[in-house]
Amino acid sequence: MKHFFKSTSKFLVATTLIMSLSTSSLMAEVKDKFQVSWTIYVGWMPWDYAQQKGIVDKWAKKYDIEIDLIQVNDYIESINQYSAGKFDGCLMTNMDALTIPAAGGVDSTAVIMGDFSNGNDGILLKDKKSLADIKGQKVNLVELSVSHYLLARALESVNMSEKDITVVNTSDADMVSAWSSDEVTAMTTWNPQLSEITANNTNANLVYDSSKIPGEIIDMLVINTETLKDNPKLAKALTGAWFEVMALMKKGDEKALTFMAEASGTDLAGYKSQLDSTMMFYDASDAVKFADSPDLPETMKKVSEFSFDHGILGEGAPNAEFIGMEFPGGKTFGDTKNTKLRFTDTYVKMAAEGKL
Amino acid sequence: MKRFMNLRPSRGATLFLGLLPFIIVAVFYLVASDMRLTENPNDKLLPSMASFSEAIDRMAFTPSKRTGEILFIGDTVSSLERLGLGVLISAVLAMLIGIPLGFIPFLRAGLSPFVAAFSMVPPMAVLPILFIVFGMGELAKVALIVIGVTPLLVRDMQQRVSEIPVEQLIKAQTLGGSSWTIVMRVVLPQVFPRLLDAVRITLGTAWIFLISAEAIAATEGLGYRIFLVRRYMSMDVILPYVAWITFLAFLFDFMLKKLTYKLFPWYTAGKEGS
Repeated sequence: MKHFFKSTSKFLVATTLIMSLSTSSLMAEVKDKFQVSWTIYVGWMPWDYAQQKGIVDKWAKKYDIEIDLIQVNDYIESINQYSAGKFDGCLMTNMDALTIPAAGGVDSTAVIMGDFSNGNDGILLKDKKSLADIKGQKVNLVELSVSHYLLARALESVNMSEKDITVVNTSDADMVSAWSSDEVTAMTTWNPQLSEITANNTNANLVYDSSKIPGEIIDMLVINTETLKDNPKLAKALTGAWFEVMALMKKGDEKALTFMAEASGTDLAGYKSQLDSTMMFYDASDAVKFADSPDLPETMKKVSEFSFDHGILGEGAPNAEFIGMEFPGGKTFGDTKNTKLRFTDTYVKMAAEGKL
Repeated sequence: MKRFMNLRPSRGATLFLGLLPFIIVAVFYLVASDMRLTENPNDKLLPSMASFSEAIDRMAFTPSKRTGEILFIGDTVSSLERLGLGVLISAVLAMLIGIPLGFIPFLRAGLSPFVAAFSMVPPMAVLPILFIVFGMGELAKVALIVIGVTPLLVRDMQQRVSEIPVEQLIKAQTLGGSSWTIVMRVVLPQVFPRLLDAVRITLGTAWIFLISAEAIAATEGLGYRIFLVRRYMSMDVILPYVAWITFLAFLFDFMLKKLTYKLFPWYTAGKEGS
């Protein structure tokens, strides 16, 4: 029996040690190997191309580091893993950056705002043609996502609120098959599902889309602020690689575009039509302009208020200003003592000035 | 020399040993949670006990800001309705299909291979078809449970019926019983407690299908809530919900066991403690 207790206590000590080791790896330090997670989405396919074609490696080598871009199948899982400290960076939207890592106390910095949705997210009604007809319907959407935000903004535009409809939480993977069900009469979703449904169903009417709220759904590269502070090389290498691919896309390089199209499960024409509803910042100077514009703090204020109203700003958030945000040029929003989300133009500026 | 295998723990020791794994897990959790929280007080992965109690208070005792209802109660009620209905329909179908299959050779020859093959279709893989057939409302969720659970119960029922000793059936026939009376007087009383046993075993499967159904499209339910807050990693809500589901499943199992023993005292003979 004594032996049993002895070995058990040894086991306990060993496991505790291992656990403390694994958590201490969360603490930032100067390091030379990094992992960034990404998921399939029209505006993020350039990352896949950059990784597969060795562009990321080339830039990483220039700064004497190693970067791995890891594709995660589930978008939310990717962000959750980043928030838990498994990845140094992650691709996500502005709203998810606020409500998942920032609300979870992980200080994050948006290094590149690569594009914003300009029609990639939309509201569909079955057989009805105007947004006002949505009243009283059940709306299938991924609850608490940018779709939910888009719906809230759409309802605002016709003087309705969420009380006038019922939201049905539906997984993004099931949207296309859900549309064929008789009970589904209204839906909010994003591409590629959105174009898949409108292309194959004559009863699907697009009554509102994100082009009506340009610049409010932003897709961006987010890096853990502490990691970034100790390793600015990571952001420099990634920014360099990103704009190298952007230059190719701007030229309309068919090979690169076809590669991205196939990797996202469509063809060149399909990918191009998705790009049409995405406002990509091909030039670094446009990305700088977007990051510095006074609209960004305004947008984030709206997003923060929406998130607070829906209780996704985290525990104990007494108001929408609970999480502080920092913008280029010293602008801030909310509680500066609890700044958890930062937008920076440092690296896109360097790219614009050719200093990378 | 006394062998280790022959030592029996006392009552107190049994209780202690039974609790020990729970205590160890709890201690591990507290240590790991504490370590993560000292690094980042807002960490969501392993919440502290205080944030659990806050979350429970918010979910179970405070009306929701959006609807004015108590979310936890609403979730539990709608999940239990779906589960109860799904399991009940499955059990009735199992009796209606399983007993004839086991009892009538002609039916068995015709349907048994089909049922066996059908039971192997993973319902989750053909979800898009189920959407179109059953829609996306309450019916679809109950249907998913029924489709997942019924084939298992049917096959078990068929097996149990064919295990009834031939002597009994012959004796009943010499006493003048028709096929119908034999089903009602000999077969049914014997397989009914076995059906309850089979239901107990398939309850776990039923829960899996319930949670999956609620993850796909729902406005409330225990599985719905978990998949909703998973979006922003609210482990402080998810873990109490998981504990509650585990407790409910345990309670169901326990009550079914007691019910079986109460209704069929003969069935329990020699089966104590299973």
